Amino acid sequence: MRVAIVDESAVRASVIREGLAALEDCEIFVVTERRGLVARMGQIDPDIVLMDLGNPSRDVLEEYFAVSRVLDRPIAMFVDESDEESIGASIDAGVSAYVVDGFAPHRIRTILDLAIRRFRAYSRLQSDLAEARGRLAEREAVDAAKRILMTSRRISEPEAYAELRKTAMNQGRRIAEIADAVVTAHRLMGGHA
Amino acid sequence: MSEEFSIGFLPLVDAALPILAHEEGFARAEGLSLRLVKDVSWATVQDRLLYGQTDAAHMVAPLAIATTLGRGRPAQPLSVPFVLGLNGNAITLRSDLAARVSPQGQLGDPALVGAALRAVVEERVAAGKLLRFGVVHRYSSHNYMLRYWLSACGIRPDKDVEIATVPPPFCADALEAGEVDGICVGEPWNSVAVERGAGTIVLATAQIWRRGVEKVLAMREPVLEERRAEVEALVRALRRAAQHFVDPAALGEHARILARPEYLGGNAELIERALADRLLLHRGDKLIHFPDFMFQYREAANFPWVSQAQWLYSQMARWEGMAVTQEDAARAGRVFRPDVYRAALLGTDEPLPGASSKVEGSLNQITAVSTQQGNMILEDNRFFDGRIFDPLDVTGYVADLP
Repeated sequence: MRVAIVDESAVRASVIREGLAALEDCEIFVVTERRGLVARMGQIDPDIVLMDLGNPSRDVLEEYFAVSRVLDRPIAMFVDESDEESIGASIDAGVSAYVVDGFAPHRIRTILDLAIRRFRAYSRLQSDLAEARGRLAEREAVDAAKRILMTSRRISEPEAYAELRKTAMNQGRRIAEIADAVVTAHRLMGGHA
Repeated sequence: MSEEFSIGFLPLVDAALPILAHEEGFARAEGLSLRLVKDVSWATVQDRLLYGQTDAAHMVAPLAIATTLGRGRPAQPLSVPFVLGLNGNAITLRSDLAARVSPQGQLGDPALVGAALRAVVEERVAAGKLLRFGVVHRYSSHNYMLRYWLSACGIRPDKDVEIATVPPPFCADALEAGEVDGICVGEPWNSVAVERGAGTIVLATAQIWRRGVEKVLAMREPVLEERRAEVEALVRALRRAAQHFVDPAALGEHARILARPEYLGGNAELIERALADRLLLHRGDKLIHFPDFMFQYREAANFPWVSQAQWLYSQMARWEGMAVTQEDAARAGRVFRPDVYRAALLGTDEPLPGASSKVEGSLNQITAVSTQQGNMILEDNRFFDGRIFDPLDVTGYVADLP
């Protein structure tokens, strides 16, 4: 069975590839390049195509499946009525699947389930990363605000932090927000944080 | 407590009405809270709509009909209570090709440009290297307008020229890389190609059909029935947005809103040009004004004429080589819901036409029409080749086309 993973994110494509690697007699092809996508599909001649929903080339691929006579076997969107639930889950996860007509439904289900799990794992990874980046940025802002207060008001670091915390509590806002405001105000006054 | 309505859209200038309905408070005034969901392919906009991630969508009109008729996927009935706009697309050719087929510094006559293009097409056919055109989707008005124009000029799509799908954001790239010789796409993508020196605009689709239906608000039929009161509120909000859209004083503000990263994420100057019906045909030229390049409000532009849906069906049957059937023509016609539009706007100061279907392309002058409410005129709505589409005879119309 030949599976093509079309994804402009090479990292995500490899996360999915790894997820499917455990399957027996499964040959996996990763396509990350937008140019020549249709020609590449012709070479791969896949049984299943997995593609992320955020890929602008979906309309290109669907047209190819609909009108191309290059492939001997017609490919359809994975739209067996009985599988509404699977499709719903795959759309939630952000992946679309196209399958050669007549391919065994249980095999499709296995692959799709694996792909969905991998897509979810990848987006979790992304949001963890974004959160970690956000925390790092917040810590930097708090440090910068402390330095501004220490210089301008000649207070110690613990005092500067206490000041930020007190203001945050009084205004019902987060320390990072107060720190941002301090840094912004300082910059507006011509300072360098 | 306002009802939430989520609307999928692609980052194109003609997604303006739902965006403005949200940003300018028209939805809120109708008790609705809109959530706009941005995607980058029609396939994904369609998937989210069909699997309930969105309640409605900004959609290329033929796709709503194709979905209902089960083209490409199992049939799911969609309904269109509101047309988001007419025209607003253009045909941009590689500049060397444009120089051979169109006059410099202005949009040419579609028949003359087509005749000149035909000479090039014949050379390319003889050389065994066909010209290639990009359209945004196989079920798009872009595809049907381009094909209508080519075939009326004696150029056979799929035989004398190739037509392939190219996503709007890649159109300029594809022209530049020589993957295609021409594109038919909406704004701001023609202007992006022109600004990059990748091509020259030779025609506006409004020159092919003066009043061609473009994007629609589509939703699943059961959603429309279940949430009928909210849908009518949405129609009213969109109509207010359309009214506001054409206010010349608000152009700059609208362009700035649309240019924001959560919407089009593009250049406000290029967007404002499209909103103002101004086009830069070729890099280094002066802007030209082409009235009604985009047509979003006047003459009941938002009214879902059943005949418009059936014209799109006639083109679908024509290019897919399927027999026209009364049943499919009727199903396609039922996608457009003038009854919902009427119910929503009855009692407002919005004119409502007396008929729900009309002979398309028959008017060559300003004509007063009978109405259910208010006064209404229709202007020139011709096809460039003078053909007339009578929705009562779709079979005869398709049979008579070149």
